[in-house]
Parts: sequence; C-alpha cells; structure tokens
Amino acid sequence: MMESLILRTGVRLLLPLMLLFSIFILWRGHNEPGGGFVGGLICAVGFALHAIAFGVKAMRDMLRIDPRTILGTGLLVGITPGFLGALSDEPYMTAQWLGALGTPVLFDIGVYLVVVGAILAMVQTLMAEGED
Amino acid sequence: MILTAILAIILAAFIAPTLNRVLPALSHWLLALVPLSAAYWFAIQVPGVVAGVPVLESTSWAPSLGVALSFRLDGLSLLFALLICGIGAFILIYSGGYLRGHPREGRFHLFIMAFMAAMLGLVTADDLISLFVFWELTSITSFMLIGFNNEDARSRRSAIQALMVTGGGGMALLAGLVLLGMASGEWSLTAIAASGTDLRTHALYPVLLVLLLLAAFTKSAQVPFHFWLPNAMDAPTPVSAYLHSATMVKAGVYLLARLNPTLGGTEPWFWALTIAGGVTALWGSAMALRSTDLKKILAYTTLMALGVLVLLVGIGSDGAMKAFAGFLLAHALYKGALFMGAGSVDHGSGTRNVGELGGLWAKMPATGLFIAIAALSMAGLPPMLGFLGKELIYEDVFGGGQYVALAALLLANSSMVAAAGILFLKPFLGVPTKAAAGAHESGPALLAGPALLAGLSLLFGLWPALPQGLLAAAASAARGAPLELDLHLWHGLTPALGLSAVTVALGVGLYAGLTSARTLLAGVQRVTRIDHDKAWDCLLSLLDRLAGRVAGWLQDGLLHRYLAWIFSGILFLLGTTLAVRGGLVWPGISLEVEDALGGSLAVLMLGGTVGAIRAHSRMEAVLALAITGMSVALFFLLFSAPDVGITQLMVETLSAIILVLIMAKLPLLPPGSDRSHRVAIFHGFLAIGLGGVVSAILLAALDQPLALGLSRFFGDTSLLEAHGRNVVNVILVDFRGFDTLGEITVIATAGLGVFALLRARMGKSKGRKA
Repeated sequence: MMESLILRTGVRLLLPLMLLFSIFILWRGHNEPGGGFVGGLICAVGFALHAIAFGVKAMRDMLRIDPRTILGTGLLVGITPGFLGALSDEPYMTAQWLGALGTPVLFDIGVYLVVVGAILAMVQTLMAEGED
Repeated sequence: MILTAILAIILAAFIAPTLNRVLPALSHWLLALVPLSAAYWFAIQVPGVVAGVPVLESTSWAPSLGVALSFRLDGLSLLFALLICGIGAFILIYSGGYLRGHPREGRFHLFIMAFMAAMLGLVTADDLISLFVFWELTSITSFMLIGFNNEDARSRRSAIQALMVTGGGGMALLAGLVLLGMASGEWSLTAIAASGTDLRTHALYPVLLVLLLLAAFTKSAQVPFHFWLPNAMDAPTPVSAYLHSATMVKAGVYLLARLNPTLGGTEPWFWALTIAGGVTALWGSAMALRSTDLKKILAYTTLMALGVLVLLVGIGSDGAMKAFAGFLLAHALYKGALFMGAGSVDHGSGTRNVGELGGLWAKMPATGLFIAIAALSMAGLPPMLGFLGKELIYEDVFGGGQYVALAALLLANSSMVAAAGILFLKPFLGVPTKAAAGAHESGPALLAGPALLAGLSLLFGLWPALPQGLLAAAASAARGAPLELDLHLWHGLTPALGLSAVTVALGVGLYAGLTSARTLLAGVQRVTRIDHDKAWDCLLSLLDRLAGRVAGWLQDGLLHRYLAWIFSGILFLLGTTLAVRGGLVWPGISLEVEDALGGSLAVLMLGGTVGAIRAHSRMEAVLALAITGMSVALFFLLFSAPDVGITQLMVETLSAIILVLIMAKLPLLPPGSDRSHRVAIFHGFLAIGLGGVVSAILLAALDQPLALGLSRFFGDTSLLEAHGRNVVNVILVDFRGFDTLGEITVIATAGLGVFALLRARMGKSKGRKA
C-alpha cells in the first residue's frame, strides 16, 4: 500500500473511467480496435492500481467477488456457448448469431472475465503475502 | 442413438449426487432406469445385427483433423454393450444397497456412471481417435473408483498403480492406433477392415503390433502386467463386480478381438497371445487356490478367464472365436453374480475370509442359492452356460490339436472347479462359525443383481437357442467372416465331454487335497520368487531418484540458471535449424530510415535496452525495460496495428506493476553478488546470440514475398460470415476461437497456479512461526 495522496485521488477518479472504458473496448472490439483480452487487461490494471493505492483489502471489499470466482465464471462463459452449435448439428464452437448478439460475443466476454480473474488472483496473492 | 445413450448416462451421472441428496433411498433405483432403457434399446437392435446389418452413426467432431465421433454396432459391440448396460443397471441398484448411508454415495454413482458411459463409448467407437479417448476415460474413471476409499493408503496406492499401468498402456495404444491409421490410410475401423490393405505384410506391422499388444495386455492384466488387478480389489465390491470382471478388464480382450480380422493370424500374433494368455490362465488359477479372501479368489479366477480369452483370440480359428463369444458371456454372468454375492456375504457376516466363514446357508439362503448357481457355472458343470462355454473351448482346442494349450486349459479349468468349491462349500455348508452366528440375509437391492445374473447363467444354459444368434454375430465380428453357431446342452459322447469329465475329476481331487496343493504352490512360489508388486515399487523409486537427480541438476533454485538453460535450448534449436536449412539470407530491403518518428522510437528502444544492461538495481532495470516495451507499443500504433499496440501497452503496464510487487519481496543483494564475472560474460554472449538468431529469422521472413491469401480471405469473410469488421478480433473469437479457448485456459491455470503456490508458501511460513 502506498500512502500517496496523488495516487489515491488519481485512482478514485480513474477507476470508474477505466472500468467504463474497458467495457467500451470489449463491446466495440468486434468492429473497431479492442476486444475481450485488452478490455480485461484495462479492467485488471484499474483494480490493481486501486489495490496499490488503498491496499488489497479495500480492493477486495470493493470487488465483493473472489477473483477465482470471476475466473471460473469466465471459463464457463467461454466454453458453454460453443455447444449451441450442436442444436443445429454443427461442430463445437461454430458461431451462432441472433442479430447483434452471437456466441463469439459471449466468448469474448468469457475471455474478458478470465483475464480479469487471473490477473487479480495473482495481484491479490502477491500483495496479501506482503501484508502479513 | 448410441451417442444419445452415452450422453444420457453422462447426464444421469451428473445429477446423481443431487438426486442422492434429495432421495437417498430411491436414487439408485431411479438412476438404474437410464442404463436399463439403454439396454432395452440395444436389445431391440439384436435381430437386425444378427441378420448381419450393423448400426452405424457418425457425428462430426473435429472435421479439420478428420476425427469423427462415429459409432458402429456389430455383434461384438452389441454383446459388450448389453453386458455394460444390463449389468451396469443392477450394479447401480446393488451399490445403492451396499453403500447405504455412506457420505459419498452420490459421488460413487457419479463415478460409476461416468465409467459406464466411457466403456459404452469404447466398445461402440468406430473412429480410432474416439476409441482412444474412451479407452483413456475408462482408465481415469476406474482410478477414481479404485481409490474411492481415499482415506485408506492402500486404496490410494492400488488406484495409482492401476492408473499408471493402464495409462502407460494407453500411451502405447495411442501410438499404435496412429501407426495403424498411417499404415492403412484410414481412421475408422470399418474403413480399415474394408480397405483390403494387407497390414500383416506392412513394414510397420511389427511395431504397431507390439504397441497394441502392450495396450491390450496392460488393460486386460496379462502376465507380466497382471499385478494391478488383485490390488484393485481394494475398491468397493460393486466396482470389483463391474470393472474387474465384466467390463473394463475385458477392454483389452475386446481390442484384440476387434483387431483379429485385420491384424491376427500371423506367427507373432499367435505366439504372443497364446503364451501370454496361457501363462496368465495358469498363474491366475494357481493364485486363486492359494488365496483365502473371497474377493482375491475371484480376482485371480478373473485373471484365469482373461488369459483363456486372450489365448482363444490368439488361436483365432472359427471354433476359437465361437468359444471366445460363448465363454465371454458365461464368464461375465457368473463372475458378476459371484462378486456381488461375495459382497453380500461380507455385508451380512462382516468378513470375506474363507477361514472365518461356515454354515451360512441357514442364515443367508438366497445369497447362497445364487452363489451356488454361479459357482456351478464357473466350475463348468451342466446345465449352466459355463458348461457350454467350456465345451466349446475344448472342442476347438482338441480339434485343432494344440495339446500344450489344451493341457494348460485343463489345469486352469480344474482349478476353477476347486475354486468354485472353496467359494460355496465351506462358507455355506461347512461347520457354522462365529461370523455366521451374527450373519443376516441382505435386502432386495443387494440380491437383485446376483439373482438376475445367476438366473441368466441357468436360463441360457437350459435354453441355449436364446443367446445363440447374438453369440454367433459376436464371433463373426471377431473372426471377420460369417459364422454359424449351434449350441446344445447335450452333444452326445464327444471328446470334449470326456475332457470335461477329466476336468471335474481333477478339480474335485484338487479341492480334496487343497492343503497339500497350497503347500505345493507355496513351494513353487518360493523357488520362482517373483514378487511383481515389490518389483513395481522398486521401479517407481528408481524413477523417483532419477527424476530427483535430473531436477536437482537442471533446477538448482537460481532463477538466472533456469533462464540460462531455457535460452540456451532455444538458441541451440533455432540456431541449428536456421543453419541447417540455410535460412541465413540478407533481404533486399534498404536500411534507410524513412520515417522520423519511427527512427526516434528505435533510438528510444535502444536507449531502454542499454539502460537495462547498465542498471545498478533491479528497479532501474525494470523501468528501463518498460521504456523499451512502451516504444514497441508505440511502434505498433504507428504502423497501423492498433489492437496489438493497445494490448502491448496494457501488458507493459501490468508487467511493471507485477514486477514491482515481486521486487518488494525479494531480498536485497549487493549488486553483482549473485553472479560471477564469468557468468555475466556467458549471459552476455547468450543474449547477443539469441537476439541475433531472432533477428536473422525476422530478416529471413522479410525476404519471403508477402502472402496475401490469408489476409484476403479474412478481409472478405470477416464481415459477411462473422459479422465483425475488426479482423483481428474476429480471428481471435471466431475463426480461431478454439486456439483462444486454449489460451484462456492457460491464463486461468497460470492465475490459479500463482495463487496456489504463494498460498502454499504462506501456509508453510506461518506454520514455522507457530
């Protein structure tokens, strides 16, 4: 934890923006530069900065969910939509579309969640080890 | 429909734990309905399959690799499928009664049904890769089942032993199947059989034969890989009854029978199978007579049966394959009944030791009756199915003039008569013992299975026309040519009948002189002194020591040494490939700097690198490297690769954060103290060499004309077929989505790995403080 007023004020302002930006990047990834991987990285950096500024406990309190749960959810969201193709007798992970929402978008959300979960799990453990 | 049956069983397996929690008294009866309906579906396929029309179905799985989830149901597969689903349903009911009130009963049902699905897939699979996948699944699920009592160290050891032996065989199977596919040019069993390529004279035949035999012999516990099977009896009785009598151990036999038409009939095939089978049969029957634990006796008689089946496939004549089918069914029925009966005795009296059992007939008449019928079938006495099976064997082996095999079979079968005596006579009709006094009869869940299987042993014996068609179809499939089978309880006075009489006489003699027979066998064992179990332990500890040596040499705890090993390896592999393939070229490009911005970024990169080399502390080095990384990211942005640019930027930021977090924990060392001067020079050469090789590769790549085929394909199809304009992202999540799935799995594993490793360290340091 860093007791720096500049960092704390900065993070307080930046974190909501970074989260919004990360979701924006995730959403527009299909047509413009961006995507789940980058979006996840941005989101994770936001939380990691928060943890550096306010300590890992504050970050976890704000996050509410265990990073490992995020990670597992992400894998599930990544894997399951691939089976939808089986309904129309197509191989695993054949894209299915319903207007603007398709299985690749769901898959991208899965990638986003896995990246966030994995990085936060690492950051959280690395920082927690220093605290005790 | 076959796939539906497999999926239905898997689905039922997954709801089993929940169902068990909600309806503890009913769940096993309900779950049994699933395999039972599958068995019903398989049963109505019998007329069609017997008429010679196999059921075929195929679902594409990984079409780009040519792997399909294809199934084929011919006589052999159908016989196995009926045994798996039919016996499986009653095993489920039985395990519900056997494990009543066990805290992990639901989990047991999950494992055993998962195994059932895997086994069903194995015997119906037509595609070589599917066959391998199901084969491995049976190894893994049986590992879970053998180690079900995971608090018990013996169970854990047996489970690991079984997994390593059968898993090792699985590796051989994969290699063997790949070679089989390469040699025949076909990847489905049907196509290989139909292609007409003579694999027996192919150059690869010896290699693939050895590999496939290794797989079959480990799975079906043939000498010298037999030792895991008796140990696997540490599993709960339903597992022994199901996996180690009727199903899993027969997978190897199934593979051999399946491949007999394409690979069989050669000299090496004949000798390998008859010798391994004969030795296993004799070894199993000798050990069965020496044992006193009911389950161990049954385990060894199973070895004997597996040996006989392998021997018959080795002989491979028309008659041998008929005998194979007949004996296979007879053995599955009586052995399943005997195992379940033994479990019932254990349950009712509290012991499985023959020495402590006696006079159970009065207390457990139903169990006794079913064990008696099954034991009669095992002894090969009329009017049981076992008698018919044995007659078929004698008829063929005597007619074929294989007198050595005949002698081995005669000895093995007479031991079966004696073993049947041990199983039934003393425990049930002997003098009542203390254990028998407190014994009680088992409930319907425990008796349903033995009742059905013993009943079928008797019914099929009395009315052999009933299973005749299916057995003929199974024999035809294993022979690769249509065979007729005519079963009768009474064939007149044939040599086979005479041999049966000799067998019974010998068996009665063995039982009467059991004590002296045991001393004799103990003496033989003392002379041969082969303890496979100990040999296995020795092998493992040798392997452990070797691994320890290698790991200690390669990984001595200093990070820079690990990296030096890795980089030297990469340098060696890449450098030699480049040199051997003549990849060192100077492309026809100019080195003039056309872009002022690009040039200044390059200077910045160089500056960062020099800074990192000259840094006095780790923090300085990290920061200097971050300059290089950021310049690379800007480079990507400048040359219109925004996706890569943003990602690089984020990765640089995160690396800096994580490195700083780690640095804070590392002990402060005075600069230079962790490497000597000579090591630093070596590292310098390594770095320059690796950088040089990578640069050479990039230059060589530049020399190639840019292939635009892929870019054009993605550019054309991205929006039309994948509804996205960002080609990079569309490739990641759609066109190559499968790769990405692999990558996020790696990320997830890395995240959890870091978490687990650091937590483990923390736990230790806390423990040390306290």
